[in-house]
Amino acid sequence: MNYNWDWNIFFKSTGIGSEIYLDWFVSGLGWTIAVALVAWIIALLLGSVLGVMRTLPGKALPAIATGYVELFRNVPLLVQLFMWYFVVPDYLPEPLQTWFKQDLNPATSAYVSVVVCLALFTAARVCEQVRTGIQALPKGQSAAALAVGFSIGQTYRHVLLPQAFRIIIPPLTSEFLNIFKNSSVASLIGLMELLAQTKQTAEFSANIFEAFTLATVIYFVLNMSLMALMNLVEKKVRIPGMMGGAK
Amino acid sequence: MRFTTRLLTTAVIASAFAAPAMAEGTLDKIKSSGVIVLGHRDASIPFSYLANDPTKPIGYSHDLQLKVVEAVKKQLKMPNLQVRYNLVTSQTRIPLVQNGTVDLECGSTTNNLERQKQVAFSVGIFEIGTRLLTAKTSGIKDFPDLKGKNVVTTAGTTSERLLKAMNAEKQMGMNIISAKDHGESFLMLESGRAVAFMMDDALLYGEMAKAKNPGNWVVTGKPQSFEIYGCMMRKEDPAFKKVVDDALKATFKSGEVNKIYSKWFMAPVPPKGLNLNFPMSDEFKSLVAKPTDKSAEEM
Repeated sequence: MNYNWDWNIFFKSTGIGSEIYLDWFVSGLGWTIAVALVAWIIALLLGSVLGVMRTLPGKALPAIATGYVELFRNVPLLVQLFMWYFVVPDYLPEPLQTWFKQDLNPATSAYVSVVVCLALFTAARVCEQVRTGIQALPKGQSAAALAVGFSIGQTYRHVLLPQAFRIIIPPLTSEFLNIFKNSSVASLIGLMELLAQTKQTAEFSANIFEAFTLATVIYFVLNMSLMALMNLVEKKVRIPGMMGGAK
Repeated sequence: MRFTTRLLTTAVIASAFAAPAMAEGTLDKIKSSGVIVLGHRDASIPFSYLANDPTKPIGYSHDLQLKVVEAVKKQLKMPNLQVRYNLVTSQTRIPLVQNGTVDLECGSTTNNLERQKQVAFSVGIFEIGTRLLTAKTSGIKDFPDLKGKNVVTTAGTTSERLLKAMNAEKQMGMNIISAKDHGESFLMLESGRAVAFMMDDALLYGEMAKAKNPGNWVVTGKPQSFEIYGCMMRKEDPAFKKVVDDALKATFKSGEVNKIYSKWFMAPVPPKGLNLNFPMSDEFKSLVAKPTDKSAEEM
């Protein structure tokens, strides 16, 4: 294949101001992290609440949480994003609608849409991890807690959740990495995150393979570092004697 | 274990980069395989797009592409030469031409210096100016009116580059939205997220023709650049390039190009039967009179 390789392309001018292509990747990485981290915090909080709801006694609360999971897990992420970006704003009351669509910086409104989308989508997945974490604990634990006079709130707070969260760190790590990768959907609504900047570099420079190779390396290094970080966290909070965590 | 993994990784990387060398020319490849592979687009109206038959593209550029196929048949004395279609996107078109999947791509690909490093271009098949689409009531007449406004353009286009450069140089404070395709750009304009849409004028007329009320919109502003579309093929293949160029030049010279132009730009086109009403520009007329495979920046 007669492809014209040029690995110096990243240090060449983009023709816009004094920017070089590498600047685009740096700014893209910044947006990717900003989207993923904020969405992850929301997803973790909301997902934990939903996960607890699914394990509560009674009917109504578990049903609401189950309905939420089914809705957000069974609609493709991209469809959800287009709903949040194109459909939902059109149903906002005035003057909120005009403010969101016209007064707000387009990058901000795209950012809000994609963070909401990723947070709600990932919350459904976190919910399932939290639920299985709680259900993995022997039934006797909650029974014993209730028997010694803990309220339901206290049982979750002091007995179930501290163990459940430790159990689910590995699957949660995987969701944490997924949200970084899923954040690339933002490129489709014009947010200039890492993938959007990669495509832009590819189009502008015609050095397509170099651009996508650099993006691959950045995503890979980013995710490997996050994984290493989460492994550290897992080791740090491990309870000796549990989950194969020998003293 | 470690060693096997490393070996495997090396093998994967090596195979990705060491694609088979394309020593033979495109004409030899077509002759030996009995097939010519045409690259086409799915939504570049009216240049190359899919309408009623999902297996067969139509459009202005495609009609010219078929002229080239006729010439190849004649040159190789293969009246039964088969044609295979391969859909390309703006991201895949260059690599697919380079790696031999596609022999000739005719769509709405601008001939520019960056792309010339990777592929060869035929003589120009169209010339556009980059302008603005806006609502008639918006009060926007030209580019200076865009100060501090939201403006949309399609990601990866020359318009995006020009708009960003203009914003930086003249400190216009525009908020530039880069939508993923022309349809989405127009949606941004129609839904009020942006006051104007900058793009190739021919494509703007195409979007306008698709609008709910085409009469509400207007194409305006002084063209910020002129761009020449060309068909793409592999580099360093003068034999094939000559066949392509000669076929196109003959179509220009015989005046047949005018008929093809009218069919796609001055008459109703599928799928909705819309008429783009886009008369031939002076720039394009002079390109037809004096065909060239140079990009607009070189002229």
